[in-house]
Amino acid sequence: MEKDYVLVVLFTALVAALGLVPPITLMSGVPITAQSMGIMLCGTVLGARKGALAVLLLIVLVTLGLPLLAGGRGGIGVYAGPTVGFFLGWLPAAFVTGLIVERLRGLPLLPVAIGAAVLGGIVVLYACGAVGMALVLDKPLSGVLPLLLPFVPGDLIKAALAGMITAGVARARPDSLLSRRARA
Amino acid sequence: MLSLTSERSTWMHRLPAWAKLAALSAATVALFRLPGPGAAALALAGTGALYLSGGAAFAREGLAPLRMVAVFAALILAWHLWTGEAALGLMLALRLLAAVALANLVTLTTRFDAMMALLVRLLSPLRWLGLNPARPAFAAVLVLRFTPVLAEKGARLAEAWRARSPRRPGWQILMPWIVMALDDADHVAEALKARGGLPDDL
Repeated sequence: MEKDYVLVVLFTALVAALGLVPPITLMSGVPITAQSMGIMLCGTVLGARKGALAVLLLIVLVTLGLPLLAGGRGGIGVYAGPTVGFFLGWLPAAFVTGLIVERLRGLPLLPVAIGAAVLGGIVVLYACGAVGMALVLDKPLSGVLPLLLPFVPGDLIKAALAGMITAGVARARPDSLLSRRARA
Repeated sequence: MLSLTSERSTWMHRLPAWAKLAALSAATVALFRLPGPGAAALALAGTGALYLSGGAAFAREGLAPLRMVAVFAALILAWHLWTGEAALGLMLALRLLAAVALANLVTLTTRFDAMMALLVRLLSPLRWLGLNPARPAFAAVLVLRFTPVLAEKGARLAEAWRARSPRRPGWQILMPWIVMALDDADHVAEALKARGGLPDDL
């Protein structure tokens, strides 16, 4: 009970802390803010319900005015910005990611976690993000989607990292992998 | 979980928590819109003045929790000097210091129970849905405590990496970082259990 509760809270803080870390620059010099990887990890490590709960806690805290988004953003202003779809899309993204890892319990974790992170953290998230952007910028969806393409390679790397970290957690701290915990 | 609130009472201790949090949010948003290093230096000077308004002893006490982030700011500055973007590095470093110092100031002058009481009040409508507002409120306080600790551990791992490698730290420090975080969660969960479990009321 306490452990699950604290883990959910920890992952909320983890995503917030990833927003404070300066962007990790990978080989090509593409800066990657790690926060969306944190969202993927919420799903792959905590599972659907608890992962979404961790994200919900973050969304509430940011809405209340805490600057927990990358670059110190936060507050009601987020809801008026073009990234609102991504911000709120974090919730279904983490849920779908977690659901896939939970449901495909019989399959090896590494590929499942990477695939789940791609589906939840990229496909679902971009869909929500594009809708939000289209609404805020008053543009058709078809005009918004090309704007998101440059972010795909970076997010694919993040999905791979999230998968590798999840597999690492399964080895190093299996008790903390709530998405695949043995049912009591 | 030790209290980070300063025992030295200042005028800021007497302000209501909501006012300080609102001011912090506004100030942080403003910080990230600063045009350049000059403005960031001014913001940091203003933050320093706020600390000093609580007295010299209070200001000295406030310096201690800034030591880690100061090292981090110095690293940022050094890195940007190396890449020839001194002005950008200076602004980032000053802004980081000012943002953390301001947030610390709220922590230093606001007792945990005041912060929690505010959150419970904000969440009290949840009772209509049959949810106990104490749980999410306590979670929020834990997040506020965990986040800087996690950021500091990340900075420490990055520092350890830099001490041994000419390359920038990157994804390699993620795994030890996550494991450290998971262990922290275990310790906090044990401590909570030892103190009678999750709070039902605050």
